[in-house]
Amino acid sequence: MSVPLTLLGLLEREPSHGYDLKRDYDTYFGRGKPLPYGQVYATLARLARDGMAVAGQAEPGDGPDRKRYAITPAGTAEVETWLTAPAEPEPHLQTVLFAKVVLALMLGRPAERYLDAQRAAHLRRMHELTALKRTGSLMDTLLADYGLFHLEADLHWIDTTTARLGELAALLTRGATPEPPERERTR
Amino acid sequence: MTANSHAGHCLIEARGVVKSFGQTPALRGADVQVAAGEILAVMGPSGSGKSTLLHCLAGIFTPDEGEITFDGQRLDQMDETGRTELRRTAFGFVFQFGQLVPELTAADNIALPLLLGRVRRKAAYQTAAEWLSRLGLADKGGRRTGELSGGEAQRVAIARALAIGPKVLFADEPTGSLDSLAGEKVMDLLTGLAREQGATVVLVTHDARVAAYADRQVMVRDGKVSALSLAPSATGGGVR
Repeated sequence: MSVPLTLLGLLEREPSHGYDLKRDYDTYFGRGKPLPYGQVYATLARLARDGMAVAGQAEPGDGPDRKRYAITPAGTAEVETWLTAPAEPEPHLQTVLFAKVVLALMLGRPAERYLDAQRAAHLRRMHELTALKRTGSLMDTLLADYGLFHLEADLHWIDTTTARLGELAALLTRGATPEPPERERTR
Repeated sequence: MTANSHAGHCLIEARGVVKSFGQTPALRGADVQVAAGEILAVMGPSGSGKSTLLHCLAGIFTPDEGEITFDGQRLDQMDETGRTELRRTAFGFVFQFGQLVPELTAADNIALPLLLGRVRRKAAYQTAAEWLSRLGLADKGGRRTGELSGGEAQRVAIARALAIGPKVLFADEPTGSLDSLAGEKVMDLLTGLAREQGATVVLVTHDARVAAYADRQVMVRDGKVSALSLAPSATGGGVR
């Protein structure tokens, strides 16, 4: 999960203060693990240093940083590059894909196309592992099977999510927020 | 993005294929090319039209609109006699449940299409025995196919399909009724023997592990075909 790129993606939606970004990040992507304020502000400073975002003048008010940040054209291009490029197919990448899908829908970008690219990357890796099983030892086969079953699980998630994109887009368009994690609900 | 073949000369081509069943559209302008010698997987969710596409490419269904070309011949304009002849001599089929004749033995099932093609009885059964041996079923030739396991029956179906030396092997969910290991064995044999024979394979499946055997995959969604190819990678540098 890339925190800098996710924050940059949230900035593409609208210029925001660090506080707002943290709130949105925690709501959509935190999954019970809130982002520390320190990390938010340090990340924003780095994004500004690298020309991906610009900071406005400090505004009066409480809190450690009252600057409003806006994405730059270079930042927008960086988000586009990240969303478009399939992630390295490996087990447990659902959180990255989840963030990409939600952000793509928030930004009105073609989430289905990104999922198709990821499906192709997965199938290519599965083709390589299948070929390895034909030529390799039994140990190679067992390891390839491990990879294949995990990639297959990812693909089931990609297929199901593709089928649910319309529903998810409607939810995000309405501005509805997902339910807080169980731990917070029961406090 | 097109769903065109990327190697070898084009053996099968569908252009703008539309097919409906009553009021229900199954294909809504499907385009696809299959190169000679390639193994193409056709993927898609249930009801997407992928099996209908296979049946159109194999001349089993006639499209309502559009063109199907096989080796330079217009399949969609061919009469039923011509298409039947083509299916008997140039196409082999493996379906989910084999569709073998349960009252006949494994050897009878493999020999049957050869006998229909006027191969002499002795030669047909000799070919059947060779194929049974190649598929590890040398001792099962005398068994009725209803007595075989699912994996064995599919191997007989592969033998029956390949024994005629087809140019194209059409397989529709060939491992759909098998467990993981039996399915793997069937796919190893199907793709390995098809390559050995130089046959082109059109493989319909919803199973990614089966599709991974193919050289190329396309996706059928809402009756249209799209290629699955990687987006240009531009991951160097930048924010991580």
